[in-house]
Amino acid sequence: MPILEGEGVTKYFGGLAAVLNVDFHVNQGEIVGLIGPNGSGKTTLFNLISAALATTEGVIRYKGKKITGLRPHQICRLGLARTFQSVKVFANMPVLQNVLLGSLFGTPINMSSANAAKEAEELLEFVGLSAVRATPAGDLTLANQKRLEVARALATKPELLLLDELMAGLNPAEVAQAMELVSRIRDKGITIFMIEHVMKAIMNVCDRIMVLHHGEKIAEGTPQEIASSRTVIEVYLGE
Amino acid sequence: MDITTFKSRRFWVPGLLLLASAALATLPLWVGSYWVVRLTAILMYILLTVSWALFSGPSGYMSLATAAFYGVGIYTSAILLPSTGALLPLPLVIVIAGLASFSLGLLVGALTLRLRGIYFAVFTFGLVLLIQRFLVWWEMTVTHTRGRIIIVVDDTIIYYVMLGIFVVALLTAYFIRRSRSGLALQSIGENEEAAAHMGVNVTLVKVITFAITAVFMGAAGAIMAPKLIYIDPYIAFNPLISFIPVLMAIFGGLGQFYGPIIGAAIFAYLQEELQASRFADYYMLIFGGILVVAIAFMPNGLVGLIQRLVQKWRKGGSAEQHANT
Amino acid sequence: METILDVVVAGLLLGGIFALIAVGLSLQYGVARVLNIAHGEFIMLGALVTWTLYTTLDINPLICLVIVGPATFIIGFLLHRTLFTWLRISAPSPAVFEGNSILAAFGLLFLIQGIAFKIWTADVHGYTYLAFPVNVGTVTFPANRLVTLGFAVGISLVFYLFLARTRLGKAIRAAAQDPETAGLMGVNINRVLALCFGFGALMAGSAGVLLSMCYSLWTTMGLQYTVIAIIVVVLGGLGSIVGSFIGGFILGIIGSIVSYFDPGLSMAAYYLIFIVLLLVRPTGILGK
Repeated sequence: MPILEGEGVTKYFGGLAAVLNVDFHVNQGEIVGLIGPNGSGKTTLFNLISAALATTEGVIRYKGKKITGLRPHQICRLGLARTFQSVKVFANMPVLQNVLLGSLFGTPINMSSANAAKEAEELLEFVGLSAVRATPAGDLTLANQKRLEVARALATKPELLLLDELMAGLNPAEVAQAMELVSRIRDKGITIFMIEHVMKAIMNVCDRIMVLHHGEKIAEGTPQEIASSRTVIEVYLGE
Repeated sequence: MDITTFKSRRFWVPGLLLLASAALATLPLWVGSYWVVRLTAILMYILLTVSWALFSGPSGYMSLATAAFYGVGIYTSAILLPSTGALLPLPLVIVIAGLASFSLGLLVGALTLRLRGIYFAVFTFGLVLLIQRFLVWWEMTVTHTRGRIIIVVDDTIIYYVMLGIFVVALLTAYFIRRSRSGLALQSIGENEEAAAHMGVNVTLVKVITFAITAVFMGAAGAIMAPKLIYIDPYIAFNPLISFIPVLMAIFGGLGQFYGPIIGAAIFAYLQEELQASRFADYYMLIFGGILVVAIAFMPNGLVGLIQRLVQKWRKGGSAEQHANT
Repeated sequence: METILDVVVAGLLLGGIFALIAVGLSLQYGVARVLNIAHGEFIMLGALVTWTLYTTLDINPLICLVIVGPATFIIGFLLHRTLFTWLRISAPSPAVFEGNSILAAFGLLFLIQGIAFKIWTADVHGYTYLAFPVNVGTVTFPANRLVTLGFAVGISLVFYLFLARTRLGKAIRAAAQDPETAGLMGVNINRVLALCFGFGALMAGSAGVLLSMCYSLWTTMGLQYTVIAIIVVVLGGLGSIVGSFIGGFILGIIGSIVSYFDPGLSMAAYYLIFIVLLLVRPTGILGK
């Protein structure tokens, strides 16, 4: 049974279909990529999964249980976490506090403050931000803010992590570090569903890739299949 | 409204508070009743301001409902403590007033805190007027009363009750602020969507915190009521009571816990002085001017301003601005 | 015995004022992004200044429109050009600016009421002008109410045409949609936003003049109008000026209907509508 699946997922904004009849699934342990030209509905799909937006039609299931209709905090507590395309760190709070929030609220378990703080510290180390634990999150570089978002999401002990353009705006060195982080997350046993524009990252890291265009799924397959798919190439070159 | 978030590990703040309260408790023994009355008012403004800042500060949801909760408290007293004879003992009346305000807070919060902050602000803005008008109608058409005379309560007793509410309110505010709920509230103010995605039940946190702040406002109104002697909807529900704590909190600065306390203490004292002087008429004018100046030039309040100046002085001229603008 | 026609016409008369003040607030909030909770104070100023001009200098209230209107416009323009523009520039984000501008409007509310209190004291004032009855078909109304309606609608229409037809109007609409891009396109944003704010103040001041002909006046009368204006703006849809215009009349008619049964309940009725709106459709009738 896939850890995440969607059937006929559709979202209309007024008369415009941002996502149209998309079926998808993510199996446990996979890293699945979601690509497509700008405006193809990728982030909207993530928003529908995480319940930031309500679906117009369609069903989304997490571990077999229907999650469409739940609220974001409920979905988070079930084990589905995400990062955001436009980084949404808590800018005026110290880095540690950002992660602490996830530890304290992101799981149904009630943790003591001490344990939560300890966990938060460990996560900061995992993503490499221990040195800046007391810095206000808004003062970090973009790359670090993205790492903070990852740490914060991980604090909620997800089994499935949605990464929305983790590598956008990063220079090549930072991209390599991000890719390495993604591998390490997978090594922890967390399934990953990631939106990305940086092709190198997607091709190297993902087991499977889905392609969206104008809100519809136009292709799905292994990186090799996608790279050689006529449809996909046309869509991207036609831009 | 910017907030610094470095949680200071000052465990001595509640200790200091209790110490100050103990000192204040002995006050009536060695000052005249004039000062007792004035201090009651100052304590009230501080607790109203701190209560307001507890919710509206970190969350960014500006509540203008203070006067509504305060008025509910006044009316509870007016109904349960008529001059014809108290229907219930005073402490119980205070508690009931707090509960009534809590209920109203839950209702208002549940209705409007699911929406954007601007809707919440404008809804609470008109709430006082609404309750006022509704009560006038109710009293004219249903109960056929007009105004109530309230029982007389000794100034010293009022002072002690107010001091009690003050201590509870400030301790509650302090501990909530430092608790995980305080962290949640702050994260909501920083980025509500992200907070929700990290597992925070944002609506619940907002509504409960908001309702808690209402308790103290209601209790304060309940104990101040006897000083008004005659109570009608216009007297009990005065929109100014909503605006003044906001002014005091902004002036003091929302960054630190003690910002609103300082702002309220200074302002409440000034207000009393002003009312007694020949400039009493200029009260609103002056306060308005100060607020405009404060917003324009001291968005982080007096405390923020002092912090910046201290930083500048420490670094010998090169001010490194962190989260404060 | 009041007929349905009486109630409807009374509603329109009330609605005309509501529409005017709502359009004014909508301009200030929708374009200049300032929720001016001191809006009602400009109404109050317009009303009381007219009272003074009429009772001491015998200046016809309709002439006062021509005096008070531009005066409030200038005050509003200058206020925005100085205070709110400063806030807009110094705010780290639009959200902070919104919050700060509400607080600044607060301060203005206090300030203006404080000044008004010094000048006009806590007394209730009023005067009569054009109070003779006029027959409109089968209904009879005081002439001043009809004049009020005429001017309220007139001012709103003139402004709407201005927005729709003139270059400056287009600039305003562009600024409302996207201030930054409009600025890049050569629109003097600071001036345009301040103009809008000024126009909003002009409408408030004018509404005050018109109101003074029909109702009693006192220095704290502004607040209720601010509340009503806000409800109408939400009803019509935040950001839609036409919505505010229509919403004003809708609320006016509702107010008239409720007043027919019990005048004391009109504010409660407005709020009930407000609550229902917020619960069911916060974006209002024409809002986005």
